[in-house]
Amino acid sequence: MSVATLLLLADGRFPAGGHAHSGGVEAAVRAGRVQDAASLEEFCRSRLHTAGLTSAALASAAAAGHDPLALDEAADARTPSPALRRTARRLGRQLMRAARATWPDPELDALAAARPKGAHQPVVLGLVARSAGLGPLEAAHAAAYESVGGAATAAVRLLGLDPLDATAVLARLAAETDEVARQAEAASSKAVEDLPAASAPLLEITAEQHATWSVRLFAS
Amino acid sequence: MHLDHTDTIHPERHSASAARPDGSRRALRVGLGGPVGSGKTATVAALCRTLRDRLSLAVVTNDIYTREDAAFLLREAVLPPERITAVETGACPHTAIRDDISANLEAVEDLEEDIGPLDVVLVESGGDNLTATFSKGLVDVQIFVIDVAGGDDIPRKGGPGVTTADLLVVNKTDLAPYVGSDLAGMARDAQEQRGELPVLFQSLRGEPGVGPVADWVREQLSAWTATAVLPA
Amino acid sequence: MTTTATAPQGTAGVSARARITAVPDGRGGTALPLLSGGGPVALRRTRSADPSAARVTLVGAMSAPLRGDRLAVEVRAEAGAALRVDGSAATLALPGRTAEPARYDVRLEAGEGGLLHWLPEPLISVSGSDLRQQLRAELAPGARLVVRDEQVLGRTGEEPGRLSSRLTVRRAGRPLLDQQLDFGPGAPGWDGGAALGGHRAVGQLLVVDPAWDREPPRARVLGETAVVTPLAGPAVLVTALAPDALQLRRVLDSALTFTSW
Repeated sequence: MSVATLLLLADGRFPAGGHAHSGGVEAAVRAGRVQDAASLEEFCRSRLHTAGLTSAALASAAAAGHDPLALDEAADARTPSPALRRTARRLGRQLMRAARATWPDPELDALAAARPKGAHQPVVLGLVARSAGLGPLEAAHAAAYESVGGAATAAVRLLGLDPLDATAVLARLAAETDEVARQAEAASSKAVEDLPAASAPLLEITAEQHATWSVRLFAS
Repeated sequence: MHLDHTDTIHPERHSASAARPDGSRRALRVGLGGPVGSGKTATVAALCRTLRDRLSLAVVTNDIYTREDAAFLLREAVLPPERITAVETGACPHTAIRDDISANLEAVEDLEEDIGPLDVVLVESGGDNLTATFSKGLVDVQIFVIDVAGGDDIPRKGGPGVTTADLLVVNKTDLAPYVGSDLAGMARDAQEQRGELPVLFQSLRGEPGVGPVADWVREQLSAWTATAVLPA
Repeated sequence: MTTTATAPQGTAGVSARARITAVPDGRGGTALPLLSGGGPVALRRTRSADPSAARVTLVGAMSAPLRGDRLAVEVRAEAGAALRVDGSAATLALPGRTAEPARYDVRLEAGEGGLLHWLPEPLISVSGSDLRQQLRAELAPGARLVVRDEQVLGRTGEEPGRLSSRLTVRRAGRPLLDQQLDFGPGAPGWDGGAALGGHRAVGQLLVVDPAWDREPPRARVLGETAVVTPLAGPAVLVTALAPDALQLRRVLDSALTFTSW
């Protein structure tokens, strides 16, 4: 396992489209649920242990070699909001594009061909990790970290939050992020239907509200 | 099962390869960037009106706020709505056109796939800053639009947009007398910064309007169709 | 009646299973060849407003489940049968003498052309309780299903107990919906801005109708904290948060207008 490869995959600058998405922070800011570093931390914590865990488990299972199409179906069942499903598939397709150029692999080609409009991003992420020579735990780390990293960056842009405060939030969540990755990896050897399905009601609800806004900074 | 298999064929384009998945030549992609209010969207609208009868066109906008520029183009009906796509940029158009172009690549490819063969796709950046340039992975040529009212020292200040764009357009020349801009000085400064690269002065309020810029786009398209090599 | 007072080792809890099977009665109605209560889960056949459907009401569930209890309900609407199961009162998850969590497993099955409503009253997670609840539904491709699932976190003014609730629905053997909610002490982040954001009542209403295979209903926002979402299959899920059970029910009821049945 190459640590540098994991860092590259988890880097917010990896060109896979994430910068245009807030992970629900834009809607949470509008609703007043995120307004400063403390509320951002609570938001990120709840995102990490719900949507983050579910994503990390899907990514970890994909990296472990589970059938990506079965995982894609499992991701659909875990994502009631059509706006979030669209976002997940769009980001999955964008990640697929970047990954096929960086870590070419017939397994990626096969998934891209089977899901031309994009598979769910966590599933693609796990398969990309596999193609890059990473294991289920590393895939889970990348997904868990991403579940809060993008949200914190978006909060900086939306609130004019001190970027040092936002980064400190991520630092304080580091141990929990690792723990979520370990939980996800521990689950990744289970049958697909037994993978975690932790849901985040407010993310599902506000994603649909956000999708109707005519003026917004982020795509989701 | 990993990097050993580099001999496999990967038909999908990752970025700017000249071929579409079916092997045909894709459209010429023209980027338009420049500061806020310099007239990028107005130039796109004028280009569409001028070129749409002879060429198959589409537009991708990158807004700071969702769909503002796309909404303007739709209102003005410069192209049918299915030929205009807005890319959301998370408040950072320059990221979406330079550092992480994936959403824009999706948008231009989807347009070609949904509408059929296109001659030119205009990719407009949201007004960002003087350093914003397009990735070569996204566009084939780029136009940087500034205006005389934004300060006649912009060409002298340079910056990647002014210095390296394939075409520099100095817009709103009709305003020069009112804002005290020195057009000759701007032309001199621009040439100093850009060497052989072309500069066009434009006023969309009178003759010849967008004509010279449209001619430049036509020349680029001829060059593209003549030289863009398709993989065997 | 299937009750054992001293089941799985080390727990002092009750282990009980209730079962209902509904079949067409051959006269346009639904018969209940199997109606078997268990322990704290008592079943009563009650009068149905719909002449083609049988109705069963869960009664006397007020005091259960306690920590250590293992309760199960199995409900089958066989091909062509119509069954509505509802409740007479809220269920309270209560603290018990053991550290062992309580388990409450509901299994729903609906065959081809079957119609099953599962509409229990809310579950209230009382401070100090620990309940792991699981609802699994298996549907034939032509089955219809309505499931309401409401959770209230703590009685008025108290902190909730630990509650974990998973809702899994499979249709034609494929996953349709899989949602797990975890609340209370030991469930990190449960009250944060991505999950509950301070709300104390959370509910889901799922409607599966094969008629939507062709045209699913559209997503609809029902105010600040509720939404109707079409799933990837022929089903819609209403997800709602509210300050209390009463307001939660009002929102879920208001959303139950997309079917004529």
